[in-house]
Amino acid sequence: MEISKEKLEWMYTTMYRIRRFEETMLEQTFKGNSMGVTHPSDGQEAPPTGVCAHLTDKDWIGSTHRGHGHCIAKGLDTHAMMAEIMGRATGQCGGKGGSMHIADFSKGMLGANAIVGASIPLAVGAALTAKYKGIENESVGVSFFGDGASSQGVLHESMNLASVWKLPVIFACENNGYAEATPAWYSVSAEDIASRADGYGMPGVVVDGMDVFEVYEAAGEAIARARAGEGPTFLELKTYRYHGHFHADDPKKYRKPDEEEHYHERDALKNFEKRVTGQKLMSAKELKSIRDSIEQEMLDAVEFALESPMPDVEALYSDVYVNYSNPIFGLR
Amino acid sequence: MTTHNKIDPLGPGYEGVAGKELRFRDVFRDTLRAEMNRDQDVFLMGEDISGGFDRDTKEPLDAWGGPFAATKGLVQEFGPDRIRDAPISEAGFVGAAVGAALTGLRPVVDLMYFDFVTVAYDQLLSNAAKSRYMFGGQTRVPMTLFARSGAGTGHAAQHSESFYSMLAHIPGLKVVVPSDPYSVKGLLAAAIRDDDPVFLVNDKKLINLTGFVPDEDYVIELGKGRYMQRGDDVTLVGMSYTSVVCEQAAVQLADAGINAEVIDMMSLSPFDEDILLESVQKTNNVVIVDEDTPRASMASEFAAVIADKAFDHLDAPVKRVTGPHSPVPYNKGLENAFMPQPEDVVGTVRNMLGRD
Repeated sequence: MEISKEKLEWMYTTMYRIRRFEETMLEQTFKGNSMGVTHPSDGQEAPPTGVCAHLTDKDWIGSTHRGHGHCIAKGLDTHAMMAEIMGRATGQCGGKGGSMHIADFSKGMLGANAIVGASIPLAVGAALTAKYKGIENESVGVSFFGDGASSQGVLHESMNLASVWKLPVIFACENNGYAEATPAWYSVSAEDIASRADGYGMPGVVVDGMDVFEVYEAAGEAIARARAGEGPTFLELKTYRYHGHFHADDPKKYRKPDEEEHYHERDALKNFEKRVTGQKLMSAKELKSIRDSIEQEMLDAVEFALESPMPDVEALYSDVYVNYSNPIFGLR
Repeated sequence: MTTHNKIDPLGPGYEGVAGKELRFRDVFRDTLRAEMNRDQDVFLMGEDISGGFDRDTKEPLDAWGGPFAATKGLVQEFGPDRIRDAPISEAGFVGAAVGAALTGLRPVVDLMYFDFVTVAYDQLLSNAAKSRYMFGGQTRVPMTLFARSGAGTGHAAQHSESFYSMLAHIPGLKVVVPSDPYSVKGLLAAAIRDDDPVFLVNDKKLINLTGFVPDEDYVIELGKGRYMQRGDDVTLVGMSYTSVVCEQAAVQLADAGINAEVIDMMSLSPFDEDILLESVQKTNNVVIVDEDTPRASMASEFAAVIADKAFDHLDAPVKRVTGPHSPVPYNKGLENAFMPQPEDVVGTVRNMLGRD
């Protein structure tokens, strides 16, 4: 598959931005600047990048508790994301959503979702809107979820719905091998989760989720199918989470060192760099220039977030409803 | 278009309004049709709503007219894209409806039996009701759900629930309970046009009742109750079918010389505190009638509001007439004993007023 120079630069920028956002976000969390639980996605840069490379703001994605990478790949602003994680008024959701609920409807991002599997039917619904309006060619629904969500009933309902209604949906399963601490070899009944697609009458494709080019190619075919009105595709993107389930989780308690080393050797960014410089598609200098600009962006994002005001207490009561006639204050 | 508040459609303020006597189920379907004609973004989704498909032509058959014939004829009129028959996947299609609402449509979901709410509860609670708040007001979820509740038809434990409070407890969700053909027209139209998720609970015992319905296009403001009957001695508070029970009880009480005031709440979230307090301040006695089980029920909520805000006006403790803390039984005699009956309301009022 031919990839333009511009697209390659976007891919590297996006993957490096995800990597550094997660590392920076963790540093800030351990400094006590984050207000809650965060779930880092570094190591899993290739799936959101390779998939979202084909999408525009008119396409919709659903995401998970581990959603920062999806947000970044869909074009969300890292300043507003960092501010949201720090609970600030300038955050993407005004400080009311936090790390697990970052959304940007202007970018086609239906929101990170902290109930495992719960965002899957939302992407199906977005695809239903596209079909209803006859705009499948410009608006598909992509559902990102993990191997853990593959055991949720709502995934199976959503796959059946998307298939019988022939909706433009891509089920993008990021299998990072672990549902919290429980390994997929224990909790998933199939060798490949993608094999389940067969039972729902849609193609199921197993993809090396550490290789952004592989993801880009498989997602390109799936999205083209969806845009052509040919229905849903299931992609199983086999990837790896470098950190634990959440910021304070030490994965060394349940993962072997040789496994972690194996995936670090196949690091999505390192392999991208090796490939594009080897094939003289991008120079080492160009790559460094991208990295430098992201480093500055992260410094700026942290500064922006730390200097941003906290939300006013009145924000507690706003946006529960568009309008509601009873008072919503607590009883004291 | 008119917005009606606290209007008794048969009362003096309503003389001269053009309308006719109609069945609840026909009004329900006609309102769905009117709303679909009014707004192309409104579509309907649910199990069996197009009533089967022809094996050869793949065309919908409308064999049942949807559950309880609520959508009969609509699939021929609007086609299977707008009357979208769904597989038995409540979590999946309620979730898809939320996704459609988040991306610009106005889905209306027929959940068939109210008990099936629990199968889709996560999508309702975690996505429909919370998206606007947790995403900082970026979005709205203009969807409507409806389902049939209530005992009295031999559907037994898993098809007869009335657990309104499980829905009214959820911030972000609105709950309405029509009690006659007049209120279902105004509440269903208001629900579909509202920009928040609204659940319309439809007691099965109302479906074949008839009543006066104005011809004109109108909505009933969400969160408003109405007086069904004026009286000075005691306030009877009903919701959904128990408003009918209260009216029947009021007739029996009148025979005993007791003038009951009957309030039909119509909305459970938001709900009309003002009408409750206004009436109790006048009658000084109140009985709340709720077919739901009693613990953490709407009856308990209304009682708490009255005790909190009208305590000094009460001549007697607030009384509640509800179902027992049990599932709904199958046997007819037991089922009748489960449901609040007019006689239960009359007995409670007589005890309360010392008029045994």
